[in-house]
Amino acid sequence: MSNTPFIQIENLNFSYEDESRRMAVLKNLNLTIEKGSFVAILGHNGSGKSTLAKLLNLMLLPDSGRILIDGVDITDENLSEDALYEIRRRIGMVFQNPDNQLVATVVEEDIAFGPENLGVEPKEIRRRVDEAMELLGISEYAKHSPAKLSGGQKQRVAIAGVIAMLPECVVFDEATAMLDPKGREEVMNAITMLNREKGITVIHITHNMEEAVLADRVIVIHDGEIVKDGTPRSVFSDVEGLVSRELDVPQVTQLFHLLKTRGISVTTDVLTEEEAVKAFVDLYPEKNHGK
Amino acid sequence: MLKDVTFGQYFPGRSLLHRLDPRIKILSVILLIVWIFMAEHILSYALLLLTCISLILVAKLPLKTVFRSIRGIFIILLITALINLFLTKGEGKPLVDWGVFSIYEEGIWRAIKMFLRITILLIMTSVVLTYTTSPIDLTDGIERLLSPLSYLHVPVHDFAMMMSIALRFIPTLIEETDKIMSAQKARGADFSSGGIVKRIKALLPVLIPLFISAFRRAEELATAMECRCYRGGKGRTRMKVLHMGVHDILFSVWMLALGAGVLLINHFAYGLVGF
Repeated sequence: MSNTPFIQIENLNFSYEDESRRMAVLKNLNLTIEKGSFVAILGHNGSGKSTLAKLLNLMLLPDSGRILIDGVDITDENLSEDALYEIRRRIGMVFQNPDNQLVATVVEEDIAFGPENLGVEPKEIRRRVDEAMELLGISEYAKHSPAKLSGGQKQRVAIAGVIAMLPECVVFDEATAMLDPKGREEVMNAITMLNREKGITVIHITHNMEEAVLADRVIVIHDGEIVKDGTPRSVFSDVEGLVSRELDVPQVTQLFHLLKTRGISVTTDVLTEEEAVKAFVDLYPEKNHGK
Repeated sequence: MLKDVTFGQYFPGRSLLHRLDPRIKILSVILLIVWIFMAEHILSYALLLLTCISLILVAKLPLKTVFRSIRGIFIILLITALINLFLTKGEGKPLVDWGVFSIYEEGIWRAIKMFLRITILLIMTSVVLTYTTSPIDLTDGIERLLSPLSYLHVPVHDFAMMMSIALRFIPTLIEETDKIMSAQKARGADFSSGGIVKRIKALLPVLIPLFISAFRRAEELATAMECRCYRGGKGRTRMKVLHMGVHDILFSVWMLALGAGVLLINHFAYGLVGF
């Protein structure tokens, strides 16, 4: 993982307006995301995390502040239309409902949609589509109708559609929220693979703490402000802080936290089941010795 | 229940007709319609019927499926034939005379002609287009055929895109209707009893949530499309390139020859039975 900043957000403000009032969604946000990193963004409903995603590829325009993508100021008023679409190509988006982001009646046609919009040569589109399908393990459904696929498969088609545009960064806006556990696992495997093997910067917006553990960095947004930012271990060690912001921690972390509050001396920076098992094994000889 | 409804009746396959360029198929169907309505002589109908049968054979379609396409309108076909039979006034003596209804020789021929025309027309269009062309190929073909109109500022691409999105969402919306109906049934809604007015009223609680959800889907889809750099037809390329092959040319020749045959028969064959 290199340390070159890919996304730089400076003093970003955004608010929604309706007739009666103005609702500040993002307040003076500052954030830098490095190339090739895997960032999970957590926050309860209405915290502004999806708004942040939509600002990154100019689906929304900020009230004030700057967003630099690879050094290019995308909030510049003089940004040309071509530059705008280039930003949307470089930062792909995958949304929650797989049904509402697939356009075509055939899987491979849908994956071709993005490159077709970019005006890529037909032969090159074919190559990219085959490659993206191979990468996400959906080649066997190439000629199927998306309607006949499972949620996880549909979501992988959506990801392939984004990958075929050769993005440098993909934002997953609660992309696993509507899936069953199996589909969730398929999609999470795909996401980690894209990050680790293809070096794609991943921004994963989620409610699921177990998924956030897979990231290099966890950012917690609460009421439009970043309240926590760090490795999963450091962020999840503050159980009270997260719970007070209507967020959970991974189940095992919570278990260890509860053990600690009952007076059992355990570490509280446990994130996965394997770590939990190891911590218990370490715990027993000590306890027996004490008695 | 609703899931069993198949749309478009497309029959996947790899036959010559399946592989034809959709543009050729659309144009051929238009030509066929013209030939059928120009055909006057019984020989022309024999020729057209022969073509019809060979098309079915080439497409490798089960006969049952083909006849299903006429079954739906069989009543209309019969009524058309009967009206022509009884109401055509001929020059000679009526064969049967029941006052208001009388049958002349011309009437019989006319009824047969109408019956054959509609039957052949239906079978040919469904064999050449509906059964052997996937909806996406069809929209593609229409878009490319009409593309010259875009110079006259007709939004051809946008219409084609709307059509293909509509096709894409048919199964999704059917599934959703099913779900909503089950949900309403679980709360005691009754869709299957009462008169027609009562049944239509019972559907309202299904249609309203369906509409709301369709609008929400439309909005999300629009966002997703914009994120994938969609900006209308401008500068857009296609993965699938349509190109005319030898079989497309041969098929066109066949269709043109058929027309020539119909015209020649109209012109020269007096002696035999003319309608």
